[in-house]
Amino acid sequence: MLIKRPDDIVASEITPRALFEDRRRFLLKAGAGVIAGAAVWSGLPSPAAAAPMKLSPLQTSPFSIKEEKTPYKAVTSYNNYYEFGTGKEDPAQNAGIMKVQPWTVRVEGLVGKPRTFDIDALLKLAPLEERIYRLRCVEAWSMVVPWVGFPLATLLKQVDPLGSAKFVEFVTHYDPEIMTRRRILDWPYTEGLRLDEAMHPLTLLTVGLYGEVLPNQNGAPVRIVVPWKYGFKSAKSIVAIRLHETQPATAWNKSAPHEYGFYSNVNPEVDHPRWSQSSERRIGEFRKRPTLMFNGYADQVASLYQGMDLRKQF
Amino acid sequence: MTTAMRTVSADQIGAIKAFLFLLCLIPAAQLVLGWRADQLGANPIETITHATGSWTLRFLLITLAVTPLRRLTGLHWLVRLRRMLGLFAFAYGVAHFAIYLWLDQFFDWAAIAKDILKRPYITVGFTALVLMVPLAATSTNAAIKRLGGRRWQALHRSVYAIAIFGVLHYWWLVKADILQPVIYGVILAALLGVRAWWREQERRRQLSAPPPRAASLKGSVIRIVPK
Repeated sequence: MLIKRPDDIVASEITPRALFEDRRRFLLKAGAGVIAGAAVWSGLPSPAAAAPMKLSPLQTSPFSIKEEKTPYKAVTSYNNYYEFGTGKEDPAQNAGIMKVQPWTVRVEGLVGKPRTFDIDALLKLAPLEERIYRLRCVEAWSMVVPWVGFPLATLLKQVDPLGSAKFVEFVTHYDPEIMTRRRILDWPYTEGLRLDEAMHPLTLLTVGLYGEVLPNQNGAPVRIVVPWKYGFKSAKSIVAIRLHETQPATAWNKSAPHEYGFYSNVNPEVDHPRWSQSSERRIGEFRKRPTLMFNGYADQVASLYQGMDLRKQF
Repeated sequence: MTTAMRTVSADQIGAIKAFLFLLCLIPAAQLVLGWRADQLGANPIETITHATGSWTLRFLLITLAVTPLRRLTGLHWLVRLRRMLGLFAFAYGVAHFAIYLWLDQFFDWAAIAKDILKRPYITVGFTALVLMVPLAATSTNAAIKRLGGRRWQALHRSVYAIAIFGVLHYWWLVKADILQPVIYGVILAALLGVRAWWREQERRRQLSAPPPRAASLKGSVIRIVPK
């Protein structure tokens, strides 16, 4: 039975999966010295290079919560990334073939200085922070994830948003060669935020988790994390960020507008038409826990929605 | 089809039933062992909820496949396995509901009542389970005798509605990807469709060819008409 005890393994002690896999076992078995020597000679990557890249140094953040982190294995094996399959374990099995290097992100639309960022340049744009956030899925489960990134606002300020810009659209990677061709949603998956939501200090341009670069199934190499909204708002594997004057169409909203609103703020008082949102199952816990308004971030974000009827603008 | 398979002895049917019984327990055993070994993924409660639901639906479809299969193959002893298959559908359904009551809702009766009344997918799923209760309760030979074959059969035709509700229950709960429920729906449509087709064939056959005995009777009637 899975009743999780406190996670007494620190992130840095978790053996990265790639190290587990055959390469290293083979190397150890066959006589590390000889083979490693041959690998260097032939230019093959060393075992260490196959491991997920560590991200450092990491700053701590006052926005991090104190709750127990969801184990790395659960965070990286229980995912919604429909392009790689609709089963929870499909993305972890199928996303490995996605090439995340080289990768660029175009920032365009209503900006003074449109720019295409190379992923390596993006990683150096601002000091990386670890942010331990709650993640609440619209399906009524939740996790606590130590993300790594920096505020999206830092990136947006670099491109000078025009006064007319009111919304931000996130366009994600879609490659029918490696992803599903079934039109479960309108590919490529797009998401959007109001500009003030995008500029909010909690909104994190995310490049890693548990101190390492993002695994593909978690939206490598760069995604956003908007912790007070349902998980699907936090688009994965972003290739373009566009600023608009009008509200952009978003994937789930197009699929079922009465079920998935543009805002999709976590709200225990507004049920999904088909199920209750008043409680959630924290992955690893046995009993459900009550869902918090704005996923527990009400103090920071409630003011963004003053005067709005959150039942109508769900 | 070899003739040896067409008829089976009482011993053979006993052995087949015992084997089938164990076979039907495999999904349950996998879940129990998987749970104990922590092999059911990051959200084991969701895994067992979905698995017991899927197996309820699968056993319903397998049960509904018995009659068409028997007719197509001529293996009439297959019908003697139907009761067990139907009862396994009920058992997995009860497990599915129990998991919902306990592990999902923790016996929060207010929330459960709200779910059943307010959420159409739960309403149809619950209805399907309730409708299965009288079928399970009248699954004994004694019950068939007490009810009489005709009434028993009429009652047990509600399994068609139960299966339809079961597929709807699944269809209405998925998010965007309806592939799986559609597959179940297509199989169910085929199983019900073949019955409707056979029924229609039978109706036409009876209409177009009146039984010969009735014709000779008619002849005799003419003879006694007064002159």
